[in-house]
Amino acid sequence: MAVGEPEAPYLELLDVSKHFGGVQALDNVSLEVRRGSVHAIVGENGAGKSTLGKIVAGALIPDAGRVLLEQEPVAFGSPREALEHRVAAIAQEPNVVPQLSVAENVLLGMEPVRAGFIRSRRLKRRYAELARTAGFDLRGDITADRLGTAEQQKVEILRALSRDAQLIVMDEPTASLDARETSQLHDIVRALAASGTTIIFISHFLKEVLGLADTVTVLRDGRLVKTAPTSSESEPSLIEAMLGQPLTSTFPPKSPPPADAPVVLSVRDLHGPGVSGASFELRAGEILGLAGLVGAGRTELARTIFGAEPVEAGDAVLATGRPLGLNPRRSLDDGVALIPESRKDEGLIFGRSTIENSTLPRLGRLSVLGIVRRRAERKAAREVLERCDVRGASFGAPVETLSGGNQQKVLFARMLLCEPGIVIADEPTRGVDIGAKRSIYDFLVELASQGVGIVIICSELEEAIGLAHRVLVMRRGRIVDELEGDEITESRILAAAFADQSAETPAA
Amino acid sequence: MATSEASPSGRWISAESARGWGARFLKRGGILIPFLALFLTLSLVSEPFATKGNMLNILDQQSATLIIAAAGTLVLVAGGIDLSVGAVYGFAAVTAANLGLSHSAGFSFAVAIGAGLLIGFVNGLVVTVLRINSLIATLAMSFIITGCSGLMTGGNLLILFDKPAFADLARTHFLGVKTSIWVMVAAVVVLALLLSATTVGRYMYASGGNAVAARLAGVRVDWIRILTFTISGAAAGLAGVIDTSNVLTAQAGNYETLTFTVLAGIVVGGTSILGGEGAVWQTVVGVLFIALIGNGYLLLALDPLYEQITLGVLLLAAVGLDALARGLLRPGAAIKQLLRRRPRAP
Repeated sequence: MAVGEPEAPYLELLDVSKHFGGVQALDNVSLEVRRGSVHAIVGENGAGKSTLGKIVAGALIPDAGRVLLEQEPVAFGSPREALEHRVAAIAQEPNVVPQLSVAENVLLGMEPVRAGFIRSRRLKRRYAELARTAGFDLRGDITADRLGTAEQQKVEILRALSRDAQLIVMDEPTASLDARETSQLHDIVRALAASGTTIIFISHFLKEVLGLADTVTVLRDGRLVKTAPTSSESEPSLIEAMLGQPLTSTFPPKSPPPADAPVVLSVRDLHGPGVSGASFELRAGEILGLAGLVGAGRTELARTIFGAEPVEAGDAVLATGRPLGLNPRRSLDDGVALIPESRKDEGLIFGRSTIENSTLPRLGRLSVLGIVRRRAERKAAREVLERCDVRGASFGAPVETLSGGNQQKVLFARMLLCEPGIVIADEPTRGVDIGAKRSIYDFLVELASQGVGIVIICSELEEAIGLAHRVLVMRRGRIVDELEGDEITESRILAAAFADQSAETPAA
Repeated sequence: MATSEASPSGRWISAESARGWGARFLKRGGILIPFLALFLTLSLVSEPFATKGNMLNILDQQSATLIIAAAGTLVLVAGGIDLSVGAVYGFAAVTAANLGLSHSAGFSFAVAIGAGLLIGFVNGLVVTVLRINSLIATLAMSFIITGCSGLMTGGNLLILFDKPAFADLARTHFLGVKTSIWVMVAAVVVLALLLSATTVGRYMYASGGNAVAARLAGVRVDWIRILTFTISGAAAGLAGVIDTSNVLTAQAGNYETLTFTVLAGIVVGGTSILGGEGAVWQTVVGVLFIALIGNGYLLLALDPLYEQITLGVLLLAAVGLDALARGLLRPGAAIKQLLRRRPRAP
């Protein structure tokens, strides 16, 4: 990138502030973004990253301050207005219309028409042109419901390009991608920047930011801590800026259970949707990591054991001999708790209070003759919510008023209230910032030390390496490798997860 | 449940829940303000309105609607909708009257209410086991039930004027108030407590708010839904019995006007058609609000055609308010977008 001349910034924010209710989400933030650069925004959850992104993209209107685009003050009232100024946003969860084809999705709202009819041949041609310019290998004629998250994001990127976007805001675009998809996206971002498009890249992953961005801005509690070229930053320096203090270590020390620890769960040749023939044992006090690519069957295995998906063959048995996998209610009653993958879709009930959300699976214990004992409920909820350090204005307010990290902690509080013997956590640190991550790790380690058996589906390799006592690697619904102690390394996990598939008997 | 949104950044906006408590109050207790305003206005402009006789008369006329609407609130909160209540109401009425020709009043009433309960249970099974959308499932059931009612009566009006015992359920006076009102009050209070104070009620909110999450948290969502439909069927049965006892005649029919008045009352009261939110007391106020409008038109001798128009406007306002409170609706932005030209393709 050309750095020499003090070129006028493409985008400028001057003393921008935004508050929601009593919370100051952004406090006098000023920022300059150069044309053609990748500008990363990092910070803890609730630091104001997304708010900043939304203001730039027109999804939110600032309370105070000014936004300048090419020295011209702009005030976007909606994403559409932003788009007309060639500013586009790509959300973490892509918005596509599942029934329409990829090409139709990309050109949605600007299809070539004649007399009200879509000129489909022309649409296809325009799509092909776009995809070629962007260098994407994505067929235009398949329907969007067949795409994975990464490909859906490509649709969104193409959509932005088709509107000739010069500035693209990406809000944690890699949060739900696996390693291969992530590196694809990184290539795309680099190519876009090289062709003069400016990218604002919001991310939790510091390694990614350091490898990808030209400039990085750190936010903390809605305030700007610093903006610096990434070449002068490192992971520790960014963490220190985000937290306001240095972080000693990402993971707590490991303390594997004794070899004679009792087995609390044995899974034998379990088959279910997306799971074929999984067998393993879990010991009390053990943290067992499930590694593998997205779609390898880890989530499906967890859900089948918990009883959220039907068991097709084989079984999962508790130490008591009770079979698992019947239904979630039975599993909870037998002391098995699940922390689901998506807190919004599968975990919390938006619209209901934090207290109600945390006591839901144990309401029976907090009631007499079917009538809820409100005071006992409040007391029990408050206790576990405080133990999990959930911070929010009021536990009686709807749970969605909490920040993302705190919502995740509500799921942990709920799990605690179930006093489980086995915890299955599906990517519990996804979309959670570094400070909260460490407290979730500490929490899991503490649970294990009390004799709880833990199965954790790891979103990142480091997590499997840093936290798990033993790692099972899954591929195509099967457990293909088991690693213990020093064997748990990045290369061993990757080797098993990506193993040469031609060596296997072909599935078809 | 996740709904797909058309606008490219729709999810961004709706995920943002920074709607103030003002909107939440409007949603939960909002119906009280227009209700009280209307009540006061009618008291001032109409001499006979605020009399004990008129009040009791309104309650008596609304008892069937209130019972069904209170139960329907549970169905909506748990994420369903029951369009068969009118048909079940009619079925219970003709069942009771038909049996009453040869059996005792008590027996006839019990069988009729039991039939409503059973139909409700079947509704629940169809919706949960066969996974048929409850709107369509209960609409289909309403045709079936109406047909059965017609078969039972052969299209005749059943008359029970010679069975005075039949009138005891609704027309006995207790403390100066008709028993139809007492039965209604009892049913409504029980249903209100069921929804607001019990574990089952909590599970209804959870099932309607997010069925997937509720199931993973150990709520037996299907059973809860079946329960709400069963209660709704039983309530429609009870309502049919009460009205038969009141008028001593019964006729087969679909009673779709009743179905839609019930639904209107629930929604005007502020219970969300999307599930997960609402309360029985709100429904009571909503139903009575609609009844007051009718009563006002009657007492002031206004053209009843305007009553329909008023009701329609009210319904739209109620649903709009719901969307506003959920953050799904931003009228300013929507209007602005409507007025804008399509962006030009580059």
